[in-house]
Amino acid sequence: MSLLSPVTSIAEGIGYQLELLGSVAARLHHVPGRARLVADQVYQSALQTVHVVLVVGLFIGMIVALQTGIELARIGQQDQIGTIVSLSMAREMGPFITATILAATAGSSMAAEIGTMSVSDELAALEVLSVDRVKLLVLPRVVALAIAAPLLTILCDTIGILGGGFVAQSQLNVSYQLYLDSAVEALRDPARILPLPKDVYGGLFKAFVFGVIVALIGCAAGLRAQGGALGVGNATRSAVRDAIIAIIITNYFITWALYQS
Amino acid sequence: MSQSPDPVIELRDVVKSFGPQRVLDGLSLAVPRGKCLAIMGPSGTGKSVILRHVIGLIRADSGLVAVEGRDVAKLSRKDLSALRKRMGFLFQEGALINWLSVGENVALPLRENTDLGDAEIRERVQAKLELVHIPDAWEKMPSQISGGMKKRVGLARALITDPEIVLYDEPNAGLDPEISQSINDLLRELHERLRVTALLVEHRVRCIRTVADEVVFIEKGRVQIQLPPHEFFHSDNPRLVQFLGTDPD
Ligand SMILES: Nc1ncnc2c1ncn2[C@@H]1O[C@H](COP(=O)(O)OP(=O)(O)O)[C@@H](O)[C@H]1O
Ligand SMILES: [Mg+2]
Repeated sequence: MSLLSPVTSIAEGIGYQLELLGSVAARLHHVPGRARLVADQVYQSALQTVHVVLVVGLFIGMIVALQTGIELARIGQQDQIGTIVSLSMAREMGPFITATILAATAGSSMAAEIGTMSVSDELAALEVLSVDRVKLLVLPRVVALAIAAPLLTILCDTIGILGGGFVAQSQLNVSYQLYLDSAVEALRDPARILPLPKDVYGGLFKAFVFGVIVALIGCAAGLRAQGGALGVGNATRSAVRDAIIAIIITNYFITWALYQS
Repeated sequence: MSQSPDPVIELRDVVKSFGPQRVLDGLSLAVPRGKCLAIMGPSGTGKSVILRHVIGLIRADSGLVAVEGRDVAKLSRKDLSALRKRMGFLFQEGALINWLSVGENVALPLRENTDLGDAEIRERVQAKLELVHIPDAWEKMPSQISGGMKKRVGLARALITDPEIVLYDEPNAGLDPEISQSINDLLRELHERLRVTALLVEHRVRCIRTVADEVVFIEKGRVQIQLPPHEFFHSDNPRLVQFLGTDPD
């Protein structure tokens, strides 16, 4: 029993999150009526996150440029740096980094806000007043991060690609123009209506899914918080941890589905 | 009162433990329609827990909790929600939603559960705020107001749907005597004029004298004494004399 109890509690937690996802899906038609709450949440989460995304995105782009650039220079292919930085930002780094930052900022504050409501009887008050807490608290947050995560990812991709360019020029003697040309070329796909390749759409789709995961796990942790300030702390911590684990696992499966064969 | 043939609220042999701690141990009480039953007892004896059972926030381990003859624990979500819409609940700490203003806290049930327009909602909320003597509080946030004021906002919110059954958890706590007296008059008026049925957890003798029809004294998870207020406060039961002697007011 003591050996199995972590397993059952994890299964219970995931079950609760999936049930919550179902409740949110069943209430999606209320989104237009909640536009203000959603907009508030998009604004709040963007505000909490945007500077972090800019700094981290910039440095991630610089790291990727430096790491791959040194190898490429050895075989005389350094004009490909732009291609590699832009594709790895768009496919993988942008959505993943953005989602991780969202988990640590927006996701944890969702767990803390709702957790505080839980331990101070506010959730009980909503129940007694027959107010639907999924509609009031969870739906706006999930929709907000589903919107904010792709937007922030675009920002992260962009700043990362620009950052890679600084490194290419200053450390690897690739002109900024050449770098940028190859970066932009890699992100063009004239065959499509919006001339962007699958890499970009795939990355934004990932960001969308990650946004939903972060909000859902944050809200679920808050709703289940118990036992005063300590309980709120536990909820916040587990929300960040679980969201990051879930993002990594989901990331593998989405990548597999998008790029197999 | 417990002999009433048609109690609106009834608890029968209710047992409730939290972990190893048995809080309610075979508790029974009943409130007839239009009456107000006050609950007194030392702190930590489970008074708030009783109210939470009645509104379905807590389930008994055993025994019956019924409102209007229906077992609360057996109601479907929908029926429970329908029942709750006819009930008001004042939380001990007010339980105001911390990110909504005072006015929007009181308005919340109307905004979420009715199709009333904004003007109508504002008018009704303002009337309730005036009833509890905080006419200018609409824009204030819960973090900016005192405990006593939170209590009054909580009361306004509990009464906003004009419920037939109200559960009050220490409505007077944190109020100064003057406000307290007018809140007591309000409570009395509610059940005299509107025949509201009420369970009232309260420490203040004056409030109970003004509002309640009967008083129960709870200890060790059970009702120890049940009497009308005038007899209750003149009882020579030694435990009661000791308890009332140490109580404020
Ligand atoms: N949800 C809960 N979980 C664990 N213990 C609880 C819970 N609610 C109440 N208790 C315990 O039950 C006892 C009675 O609480 P309460 O009804 O709040 O007392 P009071 O008579 O002062 O209102 C207390 O010891 C409290 O710690
Ligand atoms: Mg209490």
